[in-house]
Amino acid sequence: MTKEFKGPLLWVSLLGRMVLNAIQEAGALALFALRGILSIFYPPFYWRIFIGSMINIGYLSLPVVALTALFSGGVIALQSYTGMAQYHVDSAIAGIVVLAVTRELGPVLAGLMVAGRVGAAMAAEIGTMQVTNQIDALRTLSTNPMKYLVAPRLLAATIALPFLVLIADILGVLGGFTVSIMKLGFSPQGYIAATFNTVKFMDITIGLVKAGAFGFLIALMGCYHGYRSKGGAQGVGASTTAAVVAASILLLVFDYLLTDIFFSK
Amino acid sequence: MTQSACKTPKIRIRNLSKSFGSNHVLRNVSMDVETGTSFVVIGGSGSGKSVLLRCILGLMTPDSGSIEIDGQNIFELSSIQRTQKLQQMGMLFQNAALFDSLSIWENVAFALLYGYRKHLPKVSRSDARVTAYRMLELVGLDPELVADLYPDELSGGMQKRVGLARAIASKPEIIFFDEPTTGLDPIMGAVIDDLIKSCVDKLGSTAIAITHDMASAQRIGDDAAMLYQGELIWKGKAKELLTTDNPYVHQFTHGLRQGPIKVETKVE
Repeated sequence: MTKEFKGPLLWVSLLGRMVLNAIQEAGALALFALRGILSIFYPPFYWRIFIGSMINIGYLSLPVVALTALFSGGVIALQSYTGMAQYHVDSAIAGIVVLAVTRELGPVLAGLMVAGRVGAAMAAEIGTMQVTNQIDALRTLSTNPMKYLVAPRLLAATIALPFLVLIADILGVLGGFTVSIMKLGFSPQGYIAATFNTVKFMDITIGLVKAGAFGFLIALMGCYHGYRSKGGAQGVGASTTAAVVAASILLLVFDYLLTDIFFSK
Repeated sequence: MTQSACKTPKIRIRNLSKSFGSNHVLRNVSMDVETGTSFVVIGGSGSGKSVLLRCILGLMTPDSGSIEIDGQNIFELSSIQRTQKLQQMGMLFQNAALFDSLSIWENVAFALLYGYRKHLPKVSRSDARVTAYRMLELVGLDPELVADLYPDELSGGMQKRVGLARAIASKPEIIFFDEPTTGLDPIMGAVIDDLIKSCVDKLGSTAIAITHDMASAQRIGDDAAMLYQGELIWKGKAKELLTTDNPYVHQFTHGLRQGPIKVETKVE
């Protein structure tokens, strides 16, 4: 199918093949995403799988996300205090913590944690089903694998992530508050007042919108890479890695794009 | 295509070809499977048996040729009609392919619980459980003992039985068997073959099995055919497998190293 080239043409042909492969991959992913989204809206919908995924993504990720948020909130308070103390603008710390957490750290850190925990698990589960013929078995039992495996996971992740991030927001602020009060000697009333004066409803809302988008991306990458697994344990391992790496990178790219759309004026 | 005087076969395959790149996996395969009979396809590894089965099931699209089920070409049906055709089929996979996140009874009743059932009545979980228990009994398992276990808690032979129970649970008109005895000891292999035979007889289904186990082929099959390098090189009765003078079949069924089939010792 492919003609072999020599000399400088070889490099051109290699580059061409790379570009073609990338375009092909992007097309396959877009089609997969489209079929996944459409499968959510056409019956049957598998509520049992959806609820299972909600518990797995939302409830079981809580400890990881909560600890991450709590400590990052604290770290921001400490770091910004180091920077601010020399300018005597300590009062800005509460504002910095709440904006950083609601706008960026909440969604991004929760997203990355969930990508590692849930995205990997989805890819491994669906990948194992693929290489052991369980997905073919679904088809022979007149069940559409996109509806049974992909649609409930996409929807569950898109809904569960904003709730997780809302909790992460609260705990992040709590982390900053605790450090500021216990270690930096701020007054609790002043800190709380500064927090509420700084944060706007839109900051939190846009953070939650980001979280929904991240949830969708994580589930999409987990399902897509799992679905395309080939060749046994090694293949499943490779697709699990690919799912986490791709979800993490896409998440940061989309974070930039969404921030650019919503916050740049 | 000339219409023969006899009744339409359950499955009619004409000039089926499939290739992956330059590798021709199926070349012009034509065969008929009559209603209520068992058809065994034998052939070595990589002879195209699995691809043939996957094409009939609609899991793979051939490059050319037609597959008719009850006289309807399945590639001309809409996706909903094809799903409805799939409802009439069951398949026992080589590794049983049980869903490891579901319990044994949910596996057996899967099509009732989760399958596409637009024109069929809805089945409650308790009714599905009753059906699953009956199917498990039919394949010689004690439902009280195994129904709430998970697939990884069963032996290979028991998993095959559960796979068989799942394949027959929706009373399919056509059942496919992919290497039903591979990985089992000879006695368990014979047990599974007998179960297959009795289930197929009880349901009156048409069966297609692919295998390279000669004893199994003779126990299950009424008719047989041999695939070699993607071509159907022999067709006949399963009883004749060991006595035919076709040199390919003779070499294959007797496991001889000398003969027209060249054993590849390296991957090309």
